[in-house]
Amino acid sequence: MPTVAPLDLEGHVVSTHFLGDIPFFATAAGTVHRLDGGEKVTEAHQGLLTCIRDPFSATLLSGGEDGKVLRIGHDGTTTLLAEVPRKWISVIAGGPQNAVAYAVGKSSFVRQGDGSVKEFAEERSVEGIAFAPKGLRIAAARYNGVSLHWVGTNAPAADLDWKGAHTGVTFSPDGRFLVTMMQENALHGWKLDGKAGDNRHMRMTGYPAKVKSLSWSVKGKWLASSGAPAAIVWPFSSKDGPMGKAPMELGTRANIMVTQVAFHPAEEVLAIGFIDGMILGVRIADEKEALLRRPGKGAITGLSWSASGKLLSFSSEAGDCGVVDISA
Amino acid sequence: MTDQTTEAQAAKPIPVTVLTGYLGAGKTTLLNRILSESHGKKYAVIVNEFGEIGIDNDLIVESDEEIYEMNNGCVCCTVRGDLIRVVEGLMRRPGRFDGIIVETTGLADPVPVAQTFFMDDDVRAKTELDAVVALVDAKHLPLRLKDSREAEDQIAFADVVLINKTDLVTPEELAVVEDVVRAINPTARIYKTSRSGVDLSRVLDQGAFNLERALENDPHFLDHDHDDHVCGPDCGHDHHHHGHEHHDHDHHHHDHDHHHGHHDAMSPIHDITVKSISLRGGEMNPDRFFPWVQKITQAEGPNILRLKGIIAFAGDEERYVIQGVHMIVEGDHQRPWKDGEKRESRLVFIGRNLDFDKIEKSFLACQATAKTPA
Repeated sequence: MPTVAPLDLEGHVVSTHFLGDIPFFATAAGTVHRLDGGEKVTEAHQGLLTCIRDPFSATLLSGGEDGKVLRIGHDGTTTLLAEVPRKWISVIAGGPQNAVAYAVGKSSFVRQGDGSVKEFAEERSVEGIAFAPKGLRIAAARYNGVSLHWVGTNAPAADLDWKGAHTGVTFSPDGRFLVTMMQENALHGWKLDGKAGDNRHMRMTGYPAKVKSLSWSVKGKWLASSGAPAAIVWPFSSKDGPMGKAPMELGTRANIMVTQVAFHPAEEVLAIGFIDGMILGVRIADEKEALLRRPGKGAITGLSWSASGKLLSFSSEAGDCGVVDISA
Repeated sequence: MTDQTTEAQAAKPIPVTVLTGYLGAGKTTLLNRILSESHGKKYAVIVNEFGEIGIDNDLIVESDEEIYEMNNGCVCCTVRGDLIRVVEGLMRRPGRFDGIIVETTGLADPVPVAQTFFMDDDVRAKTELDAVVALVDAKHLPLRLKDSREAEDQIAFADVVLINKTDLVTPEELAVVEDVVRAINPTARIYKTSRSGVDLSRVLDQGAFNLERALENDPHFLDHDHDDHVCGPDCGHDHHHHGHEHHDHDHHHHDHDHHHGHHDAMSPIHDITVKSISLRGGEMNPDRFFPWVQKITQAEGPNILRLKGIIAFAGDEERYVIQGVHMIVEGDHQRPWKDGEKRESRLVFIGRNLDFDKIEKSFLACQATAKTPA
């Protein structure tokens, strides 16, 4: 079994991300810890609700109970990007050219690199935001579907409708597909490049619990998801995505739910975190499993691979975090 | 320490109190009392707007009411999406508070709020709906009932009703308001107050949805006609003394006026659409009762606001308690029947457009002694 360097933090840890080879851990209390030649701490929020890695830059983006949106650099320095007093900021996304999107109630906001802020009104509360991989375009997940907005124009939103509450959203790395997580135990997908009249919908159902974690494999051939006692991995390599195909079930354990999934940055290898704190690594090609961490004190809340793909950091709701060295 | 907190959390869910009531009924006053009085407990409060809460508290969260219909074809399966998100956030740091209070807007439907705590698995795992408390403005209730269905729903759905601003009405007006509230909801506990001045122990930590506590709290559940029921001076069940006159006569002979006879007592107000049905029967056959309650809640779910009952099953040494909200029904064994306790089954439905005769007939057909099942 690979070696695990533990990091015990106080309380619920919301997520973990690598910036280069430095792992960061964001606590619900509001501190952000990094292991950079010893443990260093940044006081980021009075109550932290979300902390993501900006896919377009080597920084983190966070939102909190204090109504602040912060960018956090690799050295722990914070930059205040937006502040909405008395509102919780729990929905955030990073875009190209230092753009940041966040949501407050029924509005999505995009703050562009020059500091200008554009608001997009939605009919219902925004529960998830994602930037498209190309072009300055956002998708806002809400009740009964997703609104797509081009940030640079005042054109009306393109609506993707599907009944029910959509609680999170992601674009495939090639931008051909959009997938949402739903309040009922399902994913919903849209084929964005389909011709008018084509069936653009993809229903991905059968989960025993809500899906809270999604991860695309390198080049977007697979989409892994939590919400079952195995990682459910949908094939997205064909032009119709997973339609008419069964997903793979990786790392199956009887009644122990998967809470987090994270694909390796270069290989088709999936890290799977469970509700009891166990972590498995599974190779797609032969479904071979490796135990990366034994069960711990609480559910895995975050998994992140280092740029080199040799280190895997994990966070837990009980605070027992750490870094797995898989090269050892 | 951290893991102990986590374990303690898993063992004891955080209680959630829902405050409903029209604008001006006194919700903010009550909330301010809960937040400022010294009772040794801390509360996180979820409000629609900060409004007049004059108290500086880190744990007041403003949330946009967001009602989600579940995608299962059932129109009454609604939850509050914003609560799911806020409760999830709050429960990541549970050490900060002892309970959660959800204040709804004046026009809010209390049902999606309550159903959130039953229908969302994550919320349900960490919290427990404690009670729905409705504040009623004694002066304006008759007008509210004329204008809207929400005022009536809020009362019908409540476990505790505070008839507030009693200083603004005459004793006669107050008696009418109380009769109206009792007619809409015969099982709620009613307190008459001015300036929301109720003992907070009557509002918080009620366990109204806890199957073990719900009906045990109220040993006289549905016993509006017990002659031997005498409350001592500090008994909290004073509400049972009210309105008995017009309850009594329907409990045992349902032939004509099934709905607590409030048509005569309530003559000043004709705007009540919620009715309650109190059923009483002998020992039940579980093979008949469970399919029956399943069927009736499936068929009548949208019309049923609340149901509560204690069921005696033939050959079963324990009382079975049951409660429901629309189509959601929960039941469990509560405790052994006591010596000398009458083994009978009692069930109350509060709702609209319910067919009393049909429900009673089919209920009685579930009795173990019944000849033919319904």
